[in-house]
Order: sequence, then structure tokens, then C-alpha cells
Amino acid sequence: MTTDTGKTREYNLSAEKPRIDGTLKLTGGADYAADRNLPNQTYGYPVTSTITKGRLVSLELDDALAMPGVLDIFHHDNFDQLSRSPNSFAEENLTSEPRLPFEDNEIHYQGQYIALVVADTFNHARAAALKVKANYERDDDFLTDIKSLDSGEGDLPGEEQPGDASSLGDADSALKGAAVTVDQRYSIAQESHSVMEMHTSVAQWENDMLTIYESSQGVVFQRNALSKIFGIPPEKVTVISHFIGSGFGGKLFMWPHAIMTAVAARRLGRPVKTVLSRQQEYLATGYRPTSLQRVRLGADESGKLLSIHHDGCNESSPAGKHDDTVSGATPKMYDCGGNVAVTNRLVDVNKCPPCPMRAPGESSGNFALETALDELAVKLDMDPLALRKKNFADADPASGLPWSSNHLQECWDNAASRFGWDKRNATPGAMKDGDEIIGYGMATQSWEAMRQHCSARVGFRADGSLMVACGTQDIGTGTYTIVAQTASELTGIPIEMIDVRLGDSSLPSGPLSGGSFATSTVLPAVSAATREALSQLKTLATAEGGVFENVDADSIELENARLVSGDKSVEITQLLKDNQLGLIDGEASARPGDEQEQYSFRSFGAVFVEVRWDAGISRLRVSRVVSTVDIGRAINPMTARNQVEGGIVMGMGMGLFEQSEFDHSGYPYNNNLADYIVPVNADMPHIDVELLDYPDYLHNEFGARGVGEIGLTGIAAAISNAVYNATGKRLRDLPISIEKMLAP
Amino acid sequence: MRAFELESVEAVDQAVSHRRVHDGEAFIAGGTTLLDLVKLDVMQPEKVVDVSRLPLKRIETLEDGRLKVGALVSNTDLAKHEIVMRGYPVLSEALLSGASTGLRNMATTGGNVMQRTRCPYFRDPDMPCNKREPGSGCSAIEGINRNHSVLGTSEQCIATHPSDMCVGMVAAGATVVLEGPDGQREVAFEDYHLLPGETPEREHDLKPGELITHVILDAPRGGGQHYLKLRDRASYEFALASCAAIVTLDGDSVSDVRVALGGVATKPWRATAAEEALKGQPATQENFERAAEAAFADAVAYSHNGYKITLGKQAVVRALRDATAAARA
Repeated sequence: MTTDTGKTREYNLSAEKPRIDGTLKLTGGADYAADRNLPNQTYGYPVTSTITKGRLVSLELDDALAMPGVLDIFHHDNFDQLSRSPNSFAEENLTSEPRLPFEDNEIHYQGQYIALVVADTFNHARAAALKVKANYERDDDFLTDIKSLDSGEGDLPGEEQPGDASSLGDADSALKGAAVTVDQRYSIAQESHSVMEMHTSVAQWENDMLTIYESSQGVVFQRNALSKIFGIPPEKVTVISHFIGSGFGGKLFMWPHAIMTAVAARRLGRPVKTVLSRQQEYLATGYRPTSLQRVRLGADESGKLLSIHHDGCNESSPAGKHDDTVSGATPKMYDCGGNVAVTNRLVDVNKCPPCPMRAPGESSGNFALETALDELAVKLDMDPLALRKKNFADADPASGLPWSSNHLQECWDNAASRFGWDKRNATPGAMKDGDEIIGYGMATQSWEAMRQHCSARVGFRADGSLMVACGTQDIGTGTYTIVAQTASELTGIPIEMIDVRLGDSSLPSGPLSGGSFATSTVLPAVSAATREALSQLKTLATAEGGVFENVDADSIELENARLVSGDKSVEITQLLKDNQLGLIDGEASARPGDEQEQYSFRSFGAVFVEVRWDAGISRLRVSRVVSTVDIGRAINPMTARNQVEGGIVMGMGMGLFEQSEFDHSGYPYNNNLADYIVPVNADMPHIDVELLDYPDYLHNEFGARGVGEIGLTGIAAAISNAVYNATGKRLRDLPISIEKMLAP
Repeated sequence: MRAFELESVEAVDQAVSHRRVHDGEAFIAGGTTLLDLVKLDVMQPEKVVDVSRLPLKRIETLEDGRLKVGALVSNTDLAKHEIVMRGYPVLSEALLSGASTGLRNMATTGGNVMQRTRCPYFRDPDMPCNKREPGSGCSAIEGINRNHSVLGTSEQCIATHPSDMCVGMVAAGATVVLEGPDGQREVAFEDYHLLPGETPEREHDLKPGELITHVILDAPRGGGQHYLKLRDRASYEFALASCAAIVTLDGDSVSDVRVALGGVATKPWRATAAEEALKGQPATQENFERAAEAAFADAVAYSHNGYKITLGKQAVVRALRDATAAARA
């Protein structure tokens, strides 16, 4: 025993830490789902519909069955009888497409699965899949693009969703009485997640237990859904997703390929691996739906907002409803005299169900609102930043609740100052450099700060290491690292000695990796589990004959991997050895509390963009981005900044390039990474991100509000506003492609 | 991907003589086009003859000043070759604007000449396409044709030729050297690629069994040279419009000029009308614009690609301006 506790503790929270899984990823040691190979494994390859709507009349399988290595082909006529998942978010069994694979012969979209070929090798399965011939009854009355439905005036098309409509004050009267108004329509094209790692399922049944290796943002949700679908207890299903090569929302809720794969594995009595192709990913695993929007603003001559109307419409699918609620955040954004009305509508299209895509809803709605504000500023002959500052909401205008923490004004000021906004010439086309015209634009960024319930387990091991386990995932954002940082901070055990276990549904139940809520949800559970494990340690230490016999347990502190009370201390490893124990662990849960009714939790930021427009060759490039965001505390500023930067790049894609296209015959024209244009490294301007550091302790004990989505918001509007400043053209339909810039 | 037989050859005559001539065979060098299309089930060779070990990797200056480039010289090696950078900068720039470093390291000179269109309808066996399946129809004419051609189209096909390198070669002037069962022959580079016309499935002046062994570049033309590629994003995308320009000045007048276009035509496109409009004229913005108008005088727009006529003219004007500046430098 020693009383030497003087060692300086490593400072882990708010520290810039490289990802602890970085080496594994760089060296190929990270086991992604498709890396999994099981003994006696077989390979599934889906056959998909080549029509957009209609009925599958028959399949001709003889040629395919005669191909080398083919084991079986699964389809409507020979598939297992299963049950649909109840599809409840609250019960954590939501799936992306409630319809079961091969449930009937109706074709709702091109790319819908009509069969699964299973063979001894991947190449055999794919070659045989090409030999399957499908006969269809084609229905040419289909829809793949909602833009054609918009008349350009009055209400947006689609069915209004009563649950989305909200109205405060009297927005209609306030608009009528306003001195200056804007009434404009906006649209955003369908975007694909374009994940790096393809969707994969590797399924294995051992007796009546199913194990499935999946690239998933929600192993617990998938476990629960499979349990309902197969009618077996959740304990008999294990979903494993140790590493995910990006998901962006497309991997939150299970898709049908996992169900097909699990059925095939059960029927064949052998493991089955199904890796989707890029083309299949683009057609059968969701997307950000095309949205149509109308924004009406009313202000007085000083720029004080008097009224906001925001109407939204997004694509949904007969194969699964998805409401992106693009106008949902608008009532919380600005003080508009209490007069705000929002609605959302849905239109079914013949495509697979849409699903959340990074900053779902808010990034789309933000584009329309923040562009409309720029248009209002032009009408008022007012600086766009000054307009926003004038309408700052010092409490949540929607609920009237105080903000838990809101430093938007500092975001505006800091980012404007670093950008050099004061040098902006408001006259379109006035700033020039050689062949190029320069434009400045800005927008406010925002994302709701959420928190879910979560459990975790923490265990002290005799070898001095610490095990931390939670059934959440690291989707590449750095969750492994911040959990290790937090556990190290709480225990004093060095970060290299922390063994973080995630991505396994058999671990204590953790949240989806989405909505920017993983950090705020998981870390308090890790803290609670650490306290629980500590209390077990204290029980040991204060037991008869223990180091701290007769010491008040409350006086014992955990410092640098030791228990300390007064001038006495003991290393935890020693305590375990003395008691002949390999491990002491504790499990605990944490959930949000009453604060949710007392405060409004929201992150804000500001983004400023410089574009360069070379009219002589119709070249538009983003040359500079400056953003300041207030996300509470950044547990790891290195990975947090990286999230904002990544969001900005994705926002550039939304603004300039990305659109999934379907032709008049329903054909998916660009379902591959060569023709679906995303930004590449050469498109990256200098991106300057500042994180304010105001811990939000009302949200959780660590003060972190999460950071995954906010970087994507604002950027598309800032680009569009900068294009206006450069050219005088107001582009209200994304992406801002070359032909739109060339149009008169 | 369907299974195929793979045979490796070590000598050119072996490649040509061993190749039993029918549609089920294909040569493979870098594989950057062929393997993609085999995986997509667009090309279904029963046998693939690997020519990547043939001794065709040299670049040598001929006595008449021309540059003989082996068919297996990689795009990277060709772009970075000292003589090419000095004497054919338009070609070097064209090569480096294409694909990515990794692809350019694999892709070969002969393979790039044989590169096939990126028309999505061609690349999907489930869709009608006259080039892939003669007589089945052209999906692009009625469908989405944003990336398609405005020059050299026919009612059968409007697919765009995707290569940057070939556009640089048309501007520089070149000859394709072929070895076949009936011996060696040479074809002028700009005649090697065929217009789709009534037979879009015929893309080259290539007889059954023939193999490209070399491309011989004309002796360096000097002057100012520039390749300008316009596209949505800054890299890793096929051209929406591109222009290779070589301008030779006599004082302020254009004594000689070569203009070739990419991204807008069904084959690597020599804009002879633009050259004629500019030759002997002062090198001014107005004359560059006249040349651009001449280049696109016969252009035909389809439902989504009308912008390419404007963009293509812009490419010509800017490339001529910058090539002229280089000539003066």
C-alpha cells in the first residue's frame, strides 16, 4: 500500500485525442461486417425489379439454378412466413421498410427485391442472379419526381400531415399587415447517402439463435425488429456491428436485405453473407427525399420579423412512410412576434422508402428559411447578418421555455469577424478578382439537442485495464474515443488501458448512432456505470479485513486508478488481487429528466461562405467557409471539428452537386458514384471551424450536446446567398448546377 | 461477373495469331474499362487475352521528329514524360485532367484509345441501347441526356466519347498503328474513331483480330497549348465540355491553330471549322468567339444538354485565349 497519490492526472475531457481505433482502421484490423467470414459460409446476391410499378407475374429460374455453385433461390413462392415488425420508435423496433421481402408480388419501385440467389461463392451468386428472368405486368401510372406536381402557386402538393402542423399567434394577419414581405418556393433534389461501406448482412443460426453481422447504426433496434419478425425472444438474436464505414442515417433502421439473408441462412443451415452492390444501395436503402417548400415572411421597415409561414412537402413511399418534417424547426429559430405557422405534406412516389439523412428535415428547411431571409434582407436593403441579429430569440419562441444555453450571438460575431464579413459589398457582382466574381453569403446553423435513455457496463480488471461496454455504435464519428476519454477521466486509468466495447446488441442497451444524441446519451450512462462499479469496489475495500475497514464509504474517492480516503490509498488492481478477483463491474442506466420540461435544448452556429464565379467558363466554386458552432462542450475537439467539417462538405454536395435522377421511364439514371456527383478533395476550400466551449450542464453532466448534424445545416443557403451576391441570380432549386447558372 | 478464360501472351505476333477471331474475345491491358463493363454484364467475353506483358512500353523519338508511343505506356508515364511535357503540353494536361492517379497508373495509351462511352443506358444491360444491342433503340434520346453529345449524333446514338487523352491527341495530330492477322497498317488518329451513324456498335476502324501497338504523335507543333476541361466538380468527373487548343502566332495573327473538343461529341472531335475561322486572323476575343460559333454551328441539342452548346463555346474561347497567352509567353 502506498499513500503516494501525487501523480498528475491526465486531462482527458475537452482534449484533442486521435481516434483510438485509427490504427486498426489504417491497418485493416477493424472488422467491418463484410470482413466477417464464417465456416461453411455461402453468399447471397439479390435480384431486383427492373420495372418501377406493377406486378411480378413469374420468375424463370431454371437457367439460374443450373449455374455453377447455386444452392437455392428464395422468392415469393418459397419464402418463409414471417411477421412484420410493429415498427415503433418508442419500442425500438422501427425498420426502414415495414413490408417484408417477397411479401407479395406487387412492385412498388425499381430495385425492389424479387429474389435472393444463394451460391457457394460471391461470383457464382452474382453470375446466377443475372440468369434469373422476371416477367412483369407493367403499370405505367407511376411517379418518381414530385417537382412536376407543383403548380408554382398556392398550396404545395400532397397530403397534409396533421401532426406536423403548428400555429402560434396569427401569422396570416401579421403577414397581411407587414410592410415588407417575401413569398417564395424552394426545392431540394433527392440525395443519396452514398456510404463508403456497402450495406452487408452475414447471418448465422446456431440451434435457434440468430447472429447477424451488419453495418448498422442501431444494433438494438435491429435486434428487436428481427425478434418480432421471426417471432423469437430478443435474447435469441444478436446483432454485431463493430465498425461502420459511414451511415449518414441510411443504416439507422434495418432494410429487407437483412431479413432475406437471415431466412436463407436458416433454410440452408449455413451462414449466408449478402453484400449489396452500389446500384442496389442507391435503390433499396433510402435517401433524403426530394422536398418542395414555400416560405412567407413579413417584416416591418426596420427588419423586425412579424410573421413566418413555412410549408413543406417531401416524398414518401407506398413501401414505407417517411415524414422529413422540413418545416419542423422553423418555429424555434427566430423571434417573429409570436406569429408562425408551419405545415408538412407527403406525396407517395414509386421509389423505396426515404429515411433520415444527416440533419434530416432541418437541413432542408434551413435552406428555404435562410434563403428567404436573404431575400428579405435584399428587399429591406439591410445586411443579412444584421437582419438575423435583430430577430434573435432569447427564449425558445415555440415553447416559451428558456434556452438551456444559447451563444448564437457569439457564433454570428466570431464567424463574421474571422470571415471578414465587414468587407462585403452588397451590390451583386461588385467584388472581382481576375476572371472571377466573388460572392459572400451567410446563414444560421441549428440542430435540436436530444438525449435518449441508455445503459452501460464498466468493469475494473485485475490487469489494470478498464472495460466499458454499451450497445451503441461508432459510425466513424469517434464514439469509441470519447467513451475511452470519459472513462479515463472518471477513473484515472490511462486511455490506452481502456477497452471500449460497442456495436453488439448483447451489451447493455445503447442508443442509435443518429440525431447527434449518442454523446449526450451514452456518456452519462458510462458515468453511472462507473459509479456502480466503484460502489462494488468500496464494498470490497470496506469489508472486514479490507484496506478501508471502518472507513466511511462516502469518504473514499477514486483517483488515478486508486481508492483514496484521507492519507490512505490502494490501487484497484491490488484490491482485486487481494480478493482473488479478475473483474469488478457495475451496470447502470441514465435517462433525461425533468429538465426536458423546463428548458429548450438546441445547438446553434453561423456559417459564412465565399464563392467564386467564373462567368466566362460557367465555373462556380466555393473558395472559403468559416463556421462557429455552439455545441456545449466538445468532449474531443479534434473529432468534433471533423464532424462539422464533414457536415460542411456534405452541405456543399447538397448545394452544388447531388441529385438522384430518374428518367421518364422510371429508370435510375445515376445510381453509381461516377454519375452521382459528390464533392471530392479538389472541391474542398479552406474550412475554418471554431467550437465555442460553453458546457451545457443542464443537458447532461458532461455539458455536451452532440455535433454530428449541425455542420450540414446552413451551408446550402449560405452558398445560394453567396451566389446571389456574386451574380444577382437567386437560385431556389438545389443543386445549383451549371445549367441552372446558365439559364436566363 | 461471368467466368471467362484468361490467356497471357508475351509477343505481339503471339497476341495477334493466337487470337481466334470472334466476338467472344477481348484484349486486356490496364483493365480499367473492360473489367468494369464485364462486372456490369455489358461485355461478356468468353476469353480475355492479357497483353499487358507485351514489349510496348517505350516512348521514342523517330528520325522525322515524330514521337512513337507504345500502346502499353501508362497514362501517368505518358503525361509525365519529359518530351511530352515539353513538346505536347496539351496532351499532358489532357491526360492529367482525367480520372485519378490510381486509374492513370493502370490505364494504358492503347486502352484509352479504346475507352468506351459512359452513357448510363449503355452501361446497363436491362436498358435498350443501339450501341450495345443494335436495333434495340436509344434510351438517351427520350430519356436523360444531360451528359450526352451535341455534335456528331445520329438518330441511333448520342453517347459521348469520354476520353480526355484522345482529345489532346486529335489536337496534337497522331497516327494509330495496328497489328493484325493481315499485317501492320496505320490510320490517322482523327479517322480512327467512327461516328455512330446507322451503326453505333462500330466505334473504331479496327478489323477483327487487330491490336493497337503504338500511337505516333506528329512532330511537336510548338505554339501555345492548353487543355481546358469543364465539369460539375473540380476533379474525378468526365468532361461536360473540354477543348484542346494549339495556337501558333505570327505577330498578333494566328498563323496556325488546332482545336479539338471533348465531352460534347460522339468521338474525339476536331473542330476544323473553328480552325478555318481563326487562321490568318488577329488573335482577339472577338475572333475566338467567332471560332467557337463555327465549332458549334452544326450542334444539335436534346432535352437536357442544350447548355453544352454554351459551355462548349466557352471552353473554346477560354482555351484559345490561354493558348494564345502561352504562345506569347
